[in-house]
Amino acid sequence: MLRTIVSRLLQGIVVVFCLLLITFVLVRLMPGDPFSGEKAHSAHIIQKNKERFHLDKSYPEQFAVYLGLLMQGDMGDSPVKEQPVAKIIKHSFPASLILGIAGITIAILIGIPAGILSALKKNSYIDYGTMIIAMAGISIPSFVIAPLLAGHIATRVPFLKVAGWGDPFDWILPALTLGLGTAAYLARITRGGMLEVLNQDYIRTAHAKGVHPIIVVTKHAIRGGIIPAVAYIGPAFAALITGSFIIETIFQVPGMGQHFVNATKDRDYFLLQGVVILFGSLIVFANLAADIALVMLNPRIRA
Amino acid sequence: MHRAHLIHLLLGICALVLVGCKGDPPIDTYTEQKILVLGNSTEPQGLDPQIVTGVIESNIIRALFEGLCVEHPSKQGIHLPGAAEAWQANDDFTEWTFHLRRDGKWSDGTPLTTEDFLFSYQRILHPDFGAEYAGMLYYIKGAESYNKGETKDFSSVGVSAPDPYTLKISLKASIPFLPDLTKHYTWYPVPKHTILKHGKMEQRNTPWTEPENIVSNGPFLLREWRLNDYIFAVKNPHYWDKKTVRLEGIRFLPVSNQYTEARMFFNEQLHATYGLAPEMIEHASNHYKKYLRQETYLGTNFIRFNVTDPTLKELKVRQALALSLDSEAIITHILKGGQKPAYGIVPPTEDYHTPNAVCFDPIRAKQLLQEAGYGGSKKLRVTLLSTDKEVSKRLSEAYQDMWKKHLDAEVSIEQREWKTYLNRMSELDYQLALGGWIGDYPDPTTFLDIWKGGDGNNRTGWSNKDYELLLAKAEQTKDPNARLRILEQAEALFLSEMPIIPLYWYTTNYLLHTSVKGWHPLLLNNHPYKFVDLELSESN
Repeated sequence: MLRTIVSRLLQGIVVVFCLLLITFVLVRLMPGDPFSGEKAHSAHIIQKNKERFHLDKSYPEQFAVYLGLLMQGDMGDSPVKEQPVAKIIKHSFPASLILGIAGITIAILIGIPAGILSALKKNSYIDYGTMIIAMAGISIPSFVIAPLLAGHIATRVPFLKVAGWGDPFDWILPALTLGLGTAAYLARITRGGMLEVLNQDYIRTAHAKGVHPIIVVTKHAIRGGIIPAVAYIGPAFAALITGSFIIETIFQVPGMGQHFVNATKDRDYFLLQGVVILFGSLIVFANLAADIALVMLNPRIRA
Repeated sequence: MHRAHLIHLLLGICALVLVGCKGDPPIDTYTEQKILVLGNSTEPQGLDPQIVTGVIESNIIRALFEGLCVEHPSKQGIHLPGAAEAWQANDDFTEWTFHLRRDGKWSDGTPLTTEDFLFSYQRILHPDFGAEYAGMLYYIKGAESYNKGETKDFSSVGVSAPDPYTLKISLKASIPFLPDLTKHYTWYPVPKHTILKHGKMEQRNTPWTEPENIVSNGPFLLREWRLNDYIFAVKNPHYWDKKTVRLEGIRFLPVSNQYTEARMFFNEQLHATYGLAPEMIEHASNHYKKYLRQETYLGTNFIRFNVTDPTLKELKVRQALALSLDSEAIITHILKGGQKPAYGIVPPTEDYHTPNAVCFDPIRAKQLLQEAGYGGSKKLRVTLLSTDKEVSKRLSEAYQDMWKKHLDAEVSIEQREWKTYLNRMSELDYQLALGGWIGDYPDPTTFLDIWKGGDGNNRTGWSNKDYELLLAKAEQTKDPNARLRILEQAEALFLSEMPIIPLYWYTTNYLLHTSVKGWHPLLLNNHPYKFVDLELSESN
């Protein structure tokens, strides 16, 4: 087990390095640079600022300088925001983390029971109803759900605000928007997993032995049935805590998601690279955590 | 615990939470506390007045810092004393003397003297500092040479201080509008003692603007800065005119989504929005008339021609395209923000009469195009470069339709994201491109200087020696009225060659709560916060 974890972590480092290298090159191939704006600046000023960030050097030299900084634990400075990248990430990550945890909790609490219920009541109205709602949850984008929640729920409930990030009540609507889509996926995946398990011989045997149906489901079926859902939760959690540009801008959440979009738009090379390193690492860790959970759930993998 | 007790306890907590959270709407609470809450579009680039370049930053910096002169809260062109209590110029406006006030202090109580001003001007102009907006100080004799590293001797720059409270500025040309320039943040003083405590003069990105370090000389000082969340400034107890300041604080919220911002305003979370999406203007006008503000703004929207393009180097083609656009219809049906059709590049003022060079005349436009050799089977085919903003897309489609209708021209639209669009324009890799320009100060030169050959903002490939001679002549003209007449001639010449199509003069559209007092329309929207007050009105 330990060997697997170490091996996966080493693979993860290679994955993140490749991601960084690809991002590093692609973002520099885009037209423009961090210093171009609507009001043009003198050539000597642009040159001075390029020198300041080593952007006047060749790509391999720039990459070497950047790796050198990373080795010292420095992610560089944002040429657009004039702040250290690490500081920007440090300030934005807590909001995304809170939102991600709240979102995944909502997703698990709604998605998994709905999926189980739907599988147990296969081809009934409950099943159809749940799956129609789940399909709607997957199909309706967050930029539609978010303004609806802000416009119709927040304006009617006294302790909710249409946007802002002041107190824990402000987490509710963005977390709900973030969690609903994932809940819908989870419901469908859980249903599929459960249906597969419910047709297995050992479940039939348990029924034949006269075990109470609730025990059959809780003790025997769920354990195997939610394996696909668990595999999905890991990467989904990583995606949720890295933020969502749409939800953050609609609910005015000071999270990470907007940096990904804005840094690309502004050619903020260093911020984008920093965000990619973080996102990549989180996805690697989340996948690893999901794999460990799967091993614990499924004895066959352990062997 | 009994189950019933547990339920009662939970219900009690819920009730307390609900009651506790009901209260007054946030905006009334802030109004009572005299804290102004403003939507401010996006997170600022920074708070160092010598590094930033945008309006968003200017809105915050104007609260924290103060220049030699201050904007009048309601009258354009009136300069109120700021860090300087008095000033005078020589006859030809080339030598200026500013007398700093003796009671001027930084927010840590340190006296503000001419040493700070000399340090500030040296810092922003220092070649190693690389200030993007250093050009705003090129009016000072020797400033450009020093900034370009042609000389290392700062004493060659035309600023001097005979004593700690007298600042002398020598200009390279006649600049009667220097007091207006000193209201721009590039001319603000920065605290020498604080900056040097956190780094070297020419070093950027030091922590001197962090809330725990920053020292400023304006009516407010920085208390909190939560990235992408809010910036909170409170009243500066060391400000020389603190008795005028009514507000206790200002919160700037970086709300980038205009629909979210409008929702926050209607939900009583903001005193003012930064802007208003065109689609929301009609809604606000119908339902929230008392909050809607539509004010003239010092800016012009236009279309650039790439005059080096084989098709568009022909003047008659450019004129035909210009005369076939109906700005009035664009404003009425698309923009809906009270903009005014533009007939020149400089928005007209009482003193400056913009030459009337462009008007909608589709018949003449068709004639011009025929004279240029188009018609019948030879159709005019051009491409319009646009940005990915929703309003740009709608405007482009409207222009495309008008050119099709009036000239039978085939115009294709290329929508590009912002930086690609800018890059394409700078490299003259386009035929026609949407554009606009916001003035930095209320003088025609802020609109006319950019069309000089070699100016990075020109982006049309057009240049004209006579035009530049007229601008140079205006610089050397002592009489302010005669100077404006020369600038009018320059603009007439520019428009006769039509490297751009002027379309409309900007307005700012935003929502302002009725509790905000002392907030009047200003051409640059640069409201001096020290005159702003908050009062709970009955309608609240």
